[in-house]
Amino acid sequence: MLLVPCPHCGPRNSADMSYQGEASSRPDPSSTTPTEWREYLYMKHNPAGWLRENWYCSSGCRRFFTVERHTVTSEFREPPLPGSKTPRPTGDGADPARGAP
Amino acid sequence: MIRRLEPRSGEVIDRATPLKFTWNSKKHIGYAGDTIVSALLANNESVFSRSMKYHRRRGVLTADYWDPNTMVQVGTEPNVRGAHRLLEADMLVSAQNAWPSLDFDVKAANGLFGRFLTAGFYYKTFIKPQRLWPAYEKVLARFAPGGVVDLNTPHGYHDKRYCHPDVVVAGGGPAGLAAAISAAQAGMNVMLVEHNHHLGGHLRWGTDEDRAVADELEATARMAGVEILTDSTVTGRYDDNWIAVSQRNHPGVVERLIKARAKILVVAPGLIERPYVFAGNDLPGVMLSGAARRLINMYAVRPGNRGVVLTANADGDAAVVDLERAGVEIAAVLDARAGETISKASGSSRHLNSVTLLDGSTVKADLLVTAVGWTAPTSLLNMAGDRPCYSPKAARFFSTALPDNVIATGGIVGDGRLDELIAHGASSGELAAERAAAVKHRLRSTVTRAQTPEGPEPPMPADHRDGLCKAPHPELYRSDTHGMVDFSEDVGSKDLLSAAAEGFDSVELLKRFTTATMGPSQGKLETVNTVAVLGEARGESIEEVGTTVWRPPYAPISLGALAGRVFEPVRVSSLHEWHTANNMKPILAGQWIRPDHYGDPAAEVTNVRTNVGIIDVTPLGKLDLRGPDVPRLLNLLYTNEWSKLPVGRVRYGMMCAEDGVVADDGVTGRLGEDHYLMTTTSSGAGQIWQWAEMWLQTEHPDWQVHVTPVTTGYTSINIAGPRSRDLLTRLVDDVDLSPVAFEYMNVRSGTIAGVADCFMWRIGFTGELSFEIHVPAGFGLHVWEQLIEKGADLGVGPFGLEAQRIMRLEKGHFIVGQDTDGLTKAPTTGLTPLIRLDKADFAGKPELEWSLGAGAPELPVLVAIRPTDPQLVPDEACQILRKGTAEIVGRITSSRFSPTLGRSVCLGQVTPEFAAAGTEITVRLCDGSDTTATVMQHHAHFDPEGVRLRG
Repeated sequence: MLLVPCPHCGPRNSADMSYQGEASSRPDPSSTTPTEWREYLYMKHNPAGWLRENWYCSSGCRRFFTVERHTVTSEFREPPLPGSKTPRPTGDGADPARGAP
Repeated sequence: MIRRLEPRSGEVIDRATPLKFTWNSKKHIGYAGDTIVSALLANNESVFSRSMKYHRRRGVLTADYWDPNTMVQVGTEPNVRGAHRLLEADMLVSAQNAWPSLDFDVKAANGLFGRFLTAGFYYKTFIKPQRLWPAYEKVLARFAPGGVVDLNTPHGYHDKRYCHPDVVVAGGGPAGLAAAISAAQAGMNVMLVEHNHHLGGHLRWGTDEDRAVADELEATARMAGVEILTDSTVTGRYDDNWIAVSQRNHPGVVERLIKARAKILVVAPGLIERPYVFAGNDLPGVMLSGAARRLINMYAVRPGNRGVVLTANADGDAAVVDLERAGVEIAAVLDARAGETISKASGSSRHLNSVTLLDGSTVKADLLVTAVGWTAPTSLLNMAGDRPCYSPKAARFFSTALPDNVIATGGIVGDGRLDELIAHGASSGELAAERAAAVKHRLRSTVTRAQTPEGPEPPMPADHRDGLCKAPHPELYRSDTHGMVDFSEDVGSKDLLSAAAEGFDSVELLKRFTTATMGPSQGKLETVNTVAVLGEARGESIEEVGTTVWRPPYAPISLGALAGRVFEPVRVSSLHEWHTANNMKPILAGQWIRPDHYGDPAAEVTNVRTNVGIIDVTPLGKLDLRGPDVPRLLNLLYTNEWSKLPVGRVRYGMMCAEDGVVADDGVTGRLGEDHYLMTTTSSGAGQIWQWAEMWLQTEHPDWQVHVTPVTTGYTSINIAGPRSRDLLTRLVDDVDLSPVAFEYMNVRSGTIAGVADCFMWRIGFTGELSFEIHVPAGFGLHVWEQLIEKGADLGVGPFGLEAQRIMRLEKGHFIVGQDTDGLTKAPTTGLTPLIRLDKADFAGKPELEWSLGAGAPELPVLVAIRPTDPQLVPDEACQILRKGTAEIVGRITSSRFSPTLGRSVCLGQVTPEFAAAGTEITVRLCDGSDTTATVMQHHAHFDPEGVRLRG
């Protein structure tokens, strides 16, 4: 079982968490197109490599946070600092570069 | 004759404690410390089972956990590993897979037809004609191997344990012990897990000096504070060193599953001896050197009278010495290192009689001991991502690459003298301790806010251990004859060759087609031989063929241990005891136990419609919302408009997911300027809380809203019926309940039956005049009892979930998840006026906009339906068909007999073509017959104008 680094609670079993999936940005609902919106809803990048993803610490601090996880080695990168705005979306799931939190 | 030897140093049996037991109704005596098999051997029994397919008699092969031939039934417990399970007083042991008896087994006839029972025989033979399969199945079920399951077996108690050791060492042989000691001495918290009953590994069946070393290591490990688990197995290694340990000897527990989050895993399983493939290699009397030495040195049992030994290594040589010391006459010793080997073994079906050498000469013997090499049990390494590679020089597989948090030591790494193995173990323990410290540092650094990391993260300590050599060993897999490869599954080398000839020539395919390596031994004995035979067929080396991937569990684990105890919480309201005392018929709704009814749901309906009823609706999800930005949150979650909800009013709303599908519904009331109470469906309470938090934390962290779940903080009671106002008035002094002062869809707070800070709102799921009251939970029972007492003359009575469901169906209110499904977008529920596309944003808005726009695909519509036959209640989920065809155009989602209307009423989903009022539809009932029904204009079958609830 993965050990997920919650920025508030520290490393916790993934069973204590609720996986929220790949981080992707919510298009502006007033100007979005069906293609763009459904891309956001359904199309996941699922890269073999670094992935930005969201977790919800459902049995702990109940905060949503974004981390980067390597989908091959299951390694996590430093989570963003608590208190910083957690971008639900950033859309660059396949981007190997570490995004600034 | 096999029999018990004189007492000898190192034996693990306690001769002072004899134990009586029964084998196939014969009475025998063994000693405490015996395994079932060692006790049976000491009592001159030598046949323990019949083989799976051919029902050949089988004797002891490895005399340990992996012995494929000694699975027995103990009492009601099937498939017990007889060579591992310790003998207990009055044990009832019997052979399995034999009928009518072990001695005379009719299914042994399979052996006569063996040449027809090749790999894939069952697949190929019984596939056609398919209609005969039920008949085949009945016969074949009798041929299924294994013991007998007693369906009345009492439930065992299983437990789980969670722990966080710094280092887990898998394997308690010399290297594993040394690793555990040095890690513990470096200050680490160490758990050592040994598969067998005794620590020391192969030293236990070695010389007196070997045992002395084992005893000293064990004592040192205990002194160092190592937690030692014997008769326990590391069954799996998962992500981030999540280690599963099956503990079979924890007192009071059938089997315990330990879930250990280890910082470092040290893998020291030693080596498993590999059988040799030759004709007759499964005859009783043919065994491995480890089996002979365990039996002699640990259990003081002589394995035979006249023996032949085939040896390719020091363990085979040691077996010769041990056999001689045990009084076994050595008829011949064949040294494989000098090119000598055997050709085949012959005998009656009951016992080995002679061994044939390569030159055709025969040697009379009742015991044949082989020591032809080792299998490296790389399972845990595989699970850590390693893909072991074969070394022809050492004739076994070795690890190639391991992650930093997994360290291998001992025989799985290489060969050496005992002191070299111990030194390697000790340096592995030191490395484990250093790396565990680095992992600890990393884990502590994870919580950046809670504490400052102690300086920069140190690099992971590198591996500076002196390696172990890979000693040369002859490659011995098959002699010039064909024999058994997988003893558990009765798969021979011939079967493998013919399967390869049929095209199953990749090792993963071959394994699945022939089932080789898939029996109880799980490849521990047969994997490498399977690969070697396949190599022969392909004309390739073992290296080129490669091997299969070992997956968890390393050793079988019972389903009970995996399940453990039930941690599922059961929730009840504060009124539960009252319900129980008043004839409640309970129903499980999610985690909640709720009253389904109190005897007669139809009478409960009638009482609500004529007098007044009260229902416990505590499970209704309740979220307390506070802050100036609550209206913005409500506008985002609900499809309708919330900006101008006045204080004291409640409103119904529907929530959609981002795909426009209805996710939840409920009412929210404004209690004060910045204070709202939201109700959700009972099942949606948790999810909607998370959903609200998600929007607040991720999209709108600037909004000022506090969301607090208060579902169980209040006892919620719905008072419904024409006399509900009369009843509530008797309990409330500080709120004017008159129709003018307290209108439909309003909320008031006040005192009920002396209890302050209660909320009451006028809403109605039942369609009657009704008040839903939310009382601080500690006073819930008091208020409920007051309602019952003060309303006696009004005819008040409790009603349950069933009556509520009938009434809401009469009224046409849908239930999210029952009358809607994953395709129900908001407009198809008939509540299109509640979708306000002029709002800037709300969850699911774009999808709803498109589904209301031109050219949107037509989805099934929710409609009320009345069967033509008023007495007929179609089951929920009955299909609605296009008349005269089998085309499904909808389904019944809810159906009940309405006591109010005296007829059946339904809700259902139909395609738009059938949604117009008055359309006659065809409903296919569960018995296959068809009936007709009519689509109604209004969802409400009863009081569609809503006169009653506004009264």
